[in-house]
Amino acid sequence: MSISQRQLALLLVAPGLALVAALFLYPLSFSLISAFTGPQGGVSLDAFRKAWEFYSGDVLFTVVIVLASCLFTGLAAIIIAGTLTLGENRWIVGTLKALYRWPLFIPFIVAAQCMRTFLAKNGLMNNSFVALGLMEPLQTVSFLDWRGIIATFVWKQTPFVALLLAGALAAIDRAMLEAGRNLGASRLRVLVELALPQVMPQLLVALVLSFVTMLSVLSVPMMVAGSQPTMLTVDMAFRINSYGDYATANALGVITYLLSAGAAIIYLKRGMAAKEGAP
Amino acid sequence: MMRLASSLRTALAAFLLAAFAFVLIGPLANLALWSVAERWYTPYKLPVTYGTRYWEQVFRPTGDAMASLGTSVWIAVLTVVVALTLSIPAGYALARLKLPARAMFMVLFLLPQAFPSVAIYINVARVFYQLGINGTVFAVVLVHAAHGLVYSVWIAAAAFGAVDKELELAARNIGASPLRTFFSVTLPLAAPGIIASGIFVFLESLDEFTGTFFVGVPQVMTLPLLLYNAAMGGNYQVASITALILLVPSVLFMLFIERFLRADVLAKVGA
Repeated sequence: MSISQRQLALLLVAPGLALVAALFLYPLSFSLISAFTGPQGGVSLDAFRKAWEFYSGDVLFTVVIVLASCLFTGLAAIIIAGTLTLGENRWIVGTLKALYRWPLFIPFIVAAQCMRTFLAKNGLMNNSFVALGLMEPLQTVSFLDWRGIIATFVWKQTPFVALLLAGALAAIDRAMLEAGRNLGASRLRVLVELALPQVMPQLLVALVLSFVTMLSVLSVPMMVAGSQPTMLTVDMAFRINSYGDYATANALGVITYLLSAGAAIIYLKRGMAAKEGAP
Repeated sequence: MMRLASSLRTALAAFLLAAFAFVLIGPLANLALWSVAERWYTPYKLPVTYGTRYWEQVFRPTGDAMASLGTSVWIAVLTVVVALTLSIPAGYALARLKLPARAMFMVLFLLPQAFPSVAIYINVARVFYQLGINGTVFAVVLVHAAHGLVYSVWIAAAAFGAVDKELELAARNIGASPLRTFFSVTLPLAAPGIIASGIFVFLESLDEFTGTFFVGVPQVMTLPLLLYNAAMGGNYQVASITALILLVPSVLFMLFIERFLRADVLAKVGA
């Protein structure tokens, strides 16, 4: 008895796929069915009506926070990766290179705990400003709200995006950038007009991945910000832990799927347009 | 004039770099300060009394933290075993064998990472509850393994893909069986990449919070859950020390990943 190479390949992949099917595909279909099932059974949008009635503000809050975080992460990553690629002062480039990756593998929950202390009314940030004479002690405010969530997300995600971007920038043709410099263009202009357009796909991938990651994080909104308004992940946990209300929680879950699908589609569309445009 | 402009620019760049360092290091410094602050309250800008009382409390052999550290490491080891057992054959098949719809299989392993996970985990917890395995180490290991599988499968596939086929052919030519060739040539050559993926899965499991929050509580208390409870309970010292324990392996991994993952393997990940 002998089996073909194809059968052997399928046999080797099967156990891993079984785990993905059991722990991802099955619960995913479970969540879709639960979200679209009415209290008396049958297909209904009741759960979405309730979810929208209670949490439409939080949907908006989540979208704004995640988009703002992606925007600032992208900007910070462009500045870091741009400096690493085009910087001329070796001392500055070296220091930046040694510093920027530190948060890369730090878990979100640790980042959240750091920021909870750093951004508090009497945290190290405000205390440093007061000590430097930039601020009076009475002027200090706590940043532990939407600003704190954005700060934590940007702090945690920037190294990841900057790492991918710096890798992509290192791979593009140096001669073109040098030519731009020789023709008198400033480094900023070389970065924005010559280098960035070539690495847009990598930047977008990194940002879409960050977008989905931020939509999945539970610890940061729970630990950094107060209870209201909050992000959809916290609302889902609350519906389950306090009411055992799976229908509404799953409706909110479907909304987060749609948000991340939106991000993925924007990315894929751009990718296709770029391919069609290429000669 | 040119010199003045140039030194002004350097000064500005140095200032920006210092601001960046403050934003980057500040939160970590605050964490470190809290871990050795025995008393710290407003309006004091720095801790009033320093000491290692909370470190002793955390590292007491009978303390919660040591038990949680043990649970976390045990779960992470089991997760690595499960993930590698599944991903070594899958990675080999994806890299070397003629697999129909290969791209689709690669994407399937990615899916658990590409969806917002909270909505998935609440339903996993519901299914596990019906099966009666909620709150067990077994359940947490399954969730962590499914989450880490994309890294281990993709990196294993890249590692096998980077092994020189000529060496396998040479082994076959001198009479080694396919199985013997795999175990004495292919697997040892792919080992560095596979070990790197194992470390990655280990760290992901050690740091995982959301899945454990829904599937493991209240019986399985990992370090991230202990950190969460301490932080929400207002015990900043224990929360900060727990956070520092989680921080050390993450930073070490960041510093040494390039040694484990060679560039030729890294370039093939996801391809």
